[in-house]
Amino acid sequence: MTTKSIQKHLFLEKDMLHKLRHYLPAQAPLKDFIHHNTLHAFQEFPFHEALSRASAIFGYRTYLPLKEYRTRFQGGSIHADILARLIDDNTDTPEAAQELQSRLLEKDYDTSVEARIGTVRKHWKDYGIHLDKLVHPILFRLLGSYLDQGISVWKFPMPANGFVACLREMERVAPFGGIFTTPRAKKLFLDESTTLKYLLTLLVGEEGLFEHYLFDQQCSHAGWAGMVAVLEENPNALLDAKTISLHDLIFMELLLEIEMLDRTFGEIWSPIGYKIEQAIPPLFAPTHTDELDEVLRLWQEAFEWSYYDQVLSGLRSSHSNNFPSNPEPKNTREASFQAMFCIDDRECSFRRYVEHLDPKSQTFGTPGFFNVEFYFQPEHSKFHTKSCPAPVSPKFLIKEKERKNVRKSDAHYARQSHSLFRGWLISQTLGFFSAVKLLESVVRPSLNPASVHSFRHTDKHASLTIERDENAPMENGLFVGFSHEEMTDRAEGLLKSTGLVENFAPLVYLVGHGASSANNTHYAGYDCGACCGRPGSVNARVAAFMANHPKVREMLRERGVIIPESTRFIGALHDTTRDELEFFDDEDLSATHKTLHSANQTTFREALMLNAKERSRRFELLDTLKSPEKVHESVKLRSVSLFEPRPELNHATNTLCIIGRRELTKHLFLDRRAFMNSYNYALDKDGKYLFGIMKAAAPVCGGINLEYYFSRVDNQRLGAGTKLPHNVIGLIAVANGADGDLRPGLPSQMIEVHDPTRLMMVVEHFPEVVQKVIRTTPELFEWFKNSWIHLVALHPITKEVFVFKGEEFVSYTPLHNSLLKALDMKILVESTQENLPVYVLADASGEAQKNHAEMEEFV
Amino acid sequence: MNLDINSFLLIPLLGFLLSLIIPQRKEHLLSQVAYGTAALNFACFLVFAVFWLAAGHPVLNVKDIVLYRAEGYEFLIDIYFDSVTAVYMIVGAFLTFIITMYSRVYLHREQGYKRFFNTILLFYVGYNITIFSGNFETLFIGWEILGLSSFLLIAFYRDRYLPSRNAVKVFSVYRIGDVGILLAMWASHHLWHENITFLKLHNYSLVHEHLQNHSAVGAFISLMLVVAAAAKSAQLPFSSWLPRAMEGPTPSSAIFYGSLSVNIGVFLLLRTYPFWEYQTSVRILIGLLGLTTAVVASMIARVQSSVKSQIGYASIAQIGIIFIEIALGLKLLALAHFAGNAFLRTYQLLVSPSVVSYLIHEQLYNFVPKLHTAKRFLPKRLEYALYLLSVKEWNLDSFMSRYVFGAFRRVGHSLDFLTLRNVLVFVLPVFVIGLVLLFQQAYLPPYIIPYLPVIFSFIGLGMVLKAFSERSSPLLCWVLILLYHAWIALAVAFNEQFQLIDVSTYLSGILIMGGIGFWGLRKLQSAETQYFALDRYYGHSYEHPKFAFWFLIACLGMMGFPISPTFIGEDLVFSHIREEQFLLAFFNSLGFVIGGIAIIRLYARLFLGSHVKTYHEVPYKSA
Repeated sequence: MTTKSIQKHLFLEKDMLHKLRHYLPAQAPLKDFIHHNTLHAFQEFPFHEALSRASAIFGYRTYLPLKEYRTRFQGGSIHADILARLIDDNTDTPEAAQELQSRLLEKDYDTSVEARIGTVRKHWKDYGIHLDKLVHPILFRLLGSYLDQGISVWKFPMPANGFVACLREMERVAPFGGIFTTPRAKKLFLDESTTLKYLLTLLVGEEGLFEHYLFDQQCSHAGWAGMVAVLEENPNALLDAKTISLHDLIFMELLLEIEMLDRTFGEIWSPIGYKIEQAIPPLFAPTHTDELDEVLRLWQEAFEWSYYDQVLSGLRSSHSNNFPSNPEPKNTREASFQAMFCIDDRECSFRRYVEHLDPKSQTFGTPGFFNVEFYFQPEHSKFHTKSCPAPVSPKFLIKEKERKNVRKSDAHYARQSHSLFRGWLISQTLGFFSAVKLLESVVRPSLNPASVHSFRHTDKHASLTIERDENAPMENGLFVGFSHEEMTDRAEGLLKSTGLVENFAPLVYLVGHGASSANNTHYAGYDCGACCGRPGSVNARVAAFMANHPKVREMLRERGVIIPESTRFIGALHDTTRDELEFFDDEDLSATHKTLHSANQTTFREALMLNAKERSRRFELLDTLKSPEKVHESVKLRSVSLFEPRPELNHATNTLCIIGRRELTKHLFLDRRAFMNSYNYALDKDGKYLFGIMKAAAPVCGGINLEYYFSRVDNQRLGAGTKLPHNVIGLIAVANGADGDLRPGLPSQMIEVHDPTRLMMVVEHFPEVVQKVIRTTPELFEWFKNSWIHLVALHPITKEVFVFKGEEFVSYTPLHNSLLKALDMKILVESTQENLPVYVLADASGEAQKNHAEMEEFV
Repeated sequence: MNLDINSFLLIPLLGFLLSLIIPQRKEHLLSQVAYGTAALNFACFLVFAVFWLAAGHPVLNVKDIVLYRAEGYEFLIDIYFDSVTAVYMIVGAFLTFIITMYSRVYLHREQGYKRFFNTILLFYVGYNITIFSGNFETLFIGWEILGLSSFLLIAFYRDRYLPSRNAVKVFSVYRIGDVGILLAMWASHHLWHENITFLKLHNYSLVHEHLQNHSAVGAFISLMLVVAAAAKSAQLPFSSWLPRAMEGPTPSSAIFYGSLSVNIGVFLLLRTYPFWEYQTSVRILIGLLGLTTAVVASMIARVQSSVKSQIGYASIAQIGIIFIEIALGLKLLALAHFAGNAFLRTYQLLVSPSVVSYLIHEQLYNFVPKLHTAKRFLPKRLEYALYLLSVKEWNLDSFMSRYVFGAFRRVGHSLDFLTLRNVLVFVLPVFVIGLVLLFQQAYLPPYIIPYLPVIFSFIGLGMVLKAFSERSSPLLCWVLILLYHAWIALAVAFNEQFQLIDVSTYLSGILIMGGIGFWGLRKLQSAETQYFALDRYYGHSYEHPKFAFWFLIACLGMMGFPISPTFIGEDLVFSHIREEQFLLAFFNSLGFVIGGIAIIRLYARLFLGSHVKTYHEVPYKSA
């Protein structure tokens, strides 16, 4: 080979691997669970086209089953008038409409899915050999052992750097026990100049099929392939970092295939490409949408708009007392206290109860890292972990000092129990103690050293290095703490983007959130997404410290934000599973503040109980009819029960993201389905803060929403299946059983109550401003242009609704002008397990209620 | 006191039957029946234990029900109780109670909630029959039920390929263990000239006297018992089935493969201990087997990166040590070790999902980067070799599939000329000739007659081998197994004492169940014409769950499961194989084993695995 042709060859190989990587699942190891669009590879296509294409190429199911839409239509959760309007919009003549309707409602379709993936490699079957059955177990074991983070007792020997390099060295010197037993495979493996192309030539023959073959091969174990691709890009996703690449994985797998073929047939077998007689359609050739795709598309839209329509109607009826007489609304009300929560949909109902119990309180929503990005290092920890949205790379380190609570250990997880002699001793001693633990775990579940408890993330009584000592050296290239200037920047951003710039109450709470669970491999997915899958306690505490700092306040004043002397910020953590609150640094409050604080604590306590009761309606085995106190106790118990696969339901049912003032939604019952980001358009005429908000909210909320969507519609292929048989592999992922592939995506227990509808993002601003903001970057624009998120601009003055359609904002009139009124939350909450429609709250302002043409009452 | 013992078997049985009739949607009631059964059994036992201990913990034996009696033969259910039973009983009831309580919430909303509790209770029935058994026949009933319930629990997620395949795999290994029991039973018939009870094994002079004259038979029986125990307790070379059995919901893996099921081999050794106590060579064998298993399995455990496999192999290693303890005669220690190991592994498996949070945390605080690679006491070369070998599980899995089942398959494929038509043309006429010869033995040269049974059973073996490797026609597979039984009946019929009534006992179950099964297969064939073969898993239970259930019953009947007279007939056939006809015994037991595997394979391929039709969510094959 000439140098030039080698280069060309390498280039093609790189190209192919790059393309492959794009289509593999991109899920990080379990410890930092970050939600993302499962079909990110198809995001360049419009939503429906992408879904039909993904289905045709990879065989995913991308919609609910047709049957289910029809049942929902019968049951009333898809509204007839919405469907009728959609049919009308999609047809020209009454006959066509009639035809379309009968297609939607009655016609039988063959809903089988046939995929292009796998069509090349399935021909191994003609050889009478089940290649995957022979190759997968050993391949998965080697990968698992190499990447293992702490399960195995005997660590992978590391004679070199890299997966193949290590194995090659071991194979070279091992006198017996090697991986390869056939001479050809062994020789090729030990020869460092062996290329993928050469191996592919042996196996496939036809060069035109190489790419298809590799896609077939890697997608037959998409879980492992995806994990390797993720770790190649970001080796530091593992604490015990390992070098691995997709190239290494494929190299190993091709060689193992040759080994198994040689073992079975000797060295005489013809490449698979020569056996294929019929032309195989290229994997990524254009796909066409058929009638069934059209039917599913319309059903999905009807499903979504049946809910959106009510929401938009509700939003229009909001805060009319402020408009249109006062074109520049300001926060003029006196507040008893203010509390800022994460935008997370789980805080939706909690905020509602806080406001209900103390009508003079005000709540805000902002991404739960409170605009402070850093790495956090708990005391005695050898590592620091990111505590801000995943794409951000912080330059700061916050260290915990003087931690008081000590971590307990549990011998059941000790590696010694797996060794021979110590295992012998342990099983005869600890073994009998296990019986007690077993009994305890079913009769009286309680917190144990292995359970995850959000309050353990940081010790309330420890101190943090927030203020930078100018003389302190940098650690690992990070500043330890923030300077005053840097603190001010962050505090300013936080306050201005949420619109909390005046009328500060005496106490302002910054409430992060986290979750608690036991025996839960996906625990990181329950914590705050804006803190990289960790509780937001440290961020809340750090942000509160900054806003309380006299120097910061001074500099903020220069920037136009005047925080009165009498205002204190308090960091707090809301445990969304247990419905408990922990406050930080509240011992240092003045006497006056302490009195106020303790009154507020009563409000919070009660709100937490009511919130627990509202959540409990989704838990089938829990009696919602009991008193809030009792329900709260049962809810707390779930978080420590080993046998509870649903400690909480996380983001299930999420479907809205509302960026605007709280007055938009305060009067509505949105059933814990909305991400809410406080934002005051009047303070941000040109949309500078709006861009910041949307840039973060689109991938985070959209990612969560779409991951739930796809895990729900195809839990087998795009989700993780049921979690009950899951087996932890190397602490990085789960698989079924001993020989299974890794299972990315969400387990069925997390998504079973989710209604797969896309996110509708409502922005309270002028359509032209929103239009300008979303076009700032192509990445942001893609979400809306291709309808992966529905975008709505709510005109802040006329309250007219504009829906983003075909790159334009189009005026929209909700079909439903009347909303039900929720007279009694208790009755409402106790009424059903299912999703509830939008209600107008009984204690909402009279004005909002009057805006409805007609008001039905809910009893 | 004897009456109470019966209740220990009746309570689980009633619980199981009750759970069968409770409708699927009554989750609460189903789980109540399950943990109620275990709790009640446990409570009864505690009360009983007081009296038993007060009476000086005597060994109890109840000769219960005679199921079948013929000249020189009786099949009876015999119940036996001693301290070994007591320990197994108490550990079993406790763990079953915990696991059913645990699963009550854990399995909430899971498809197959009812199936799960049915299977757990079936397992519990089998477990109790086994540990209370007073003779080999009773033990074998329990043994078979354990095998079946294991199969059903491993294939709990029957819509996926790997659980279905592994269920067949584990069932196959269990079945090899069954050969051990069957041949041990056969040989002991001849040793004792009766269906010996375990109680009598304690009679030292009796055992001694018999073994004195038949030391080879004695050694053979012991060897077969060790094979059975090794297979069931995942000792070498069978070990690799254990991690592969962990396909069901975590609590079921915990109780089955962490604790109870896997310790049944230990139980068998403890139960037959007085028999081989004085055979030094056998004790050395058991000790060495335990030792090698302990060493190899703990090495494999050390390299595992998946938590369940790690616990599985660690448990195997401990059971290896228990084998050593038994070989050394340390029975009490072995019992304590069994109980401790069972509790420990059950708990470890139950909390296995917690390792992520616990160990990541530990890593966060205590991580030490790996600096030097070689263990000081091992040269690098050796370290790498042993490491790789352990990652490959010492090739145990490929050994089993290549050299044991692969061999069966290769022989079977050499009979590929057998098609449905050829069977009718060739095999049936030969069979008729054989039948004629049976009644016209007078015309046969006398020196030929002793060879005929062996030849016929060999032909029968050919039938099941072909059935085992059949890839296309389920009907052919079914017919071949029917024919196998006919050949065996014919072969044994040449042995003089064999009565017509014995033949009909043996064949009645098979003919009825075989007929029903054949009819069922035809029905399935006409309903799913395109998807009716054995070349892959078709997953028809997705569309025909009820049908799958009834067909499974027919399959059980066909393989001599203790639900039809064939089960007794099977034993009867063996009792008529003479001592010197070891080839006949060997072919027969091999046929029994492979026939069973072939049937379960047929069932699995037609009804389990991911559904062939794709109008719904279909899991990946590798999932």
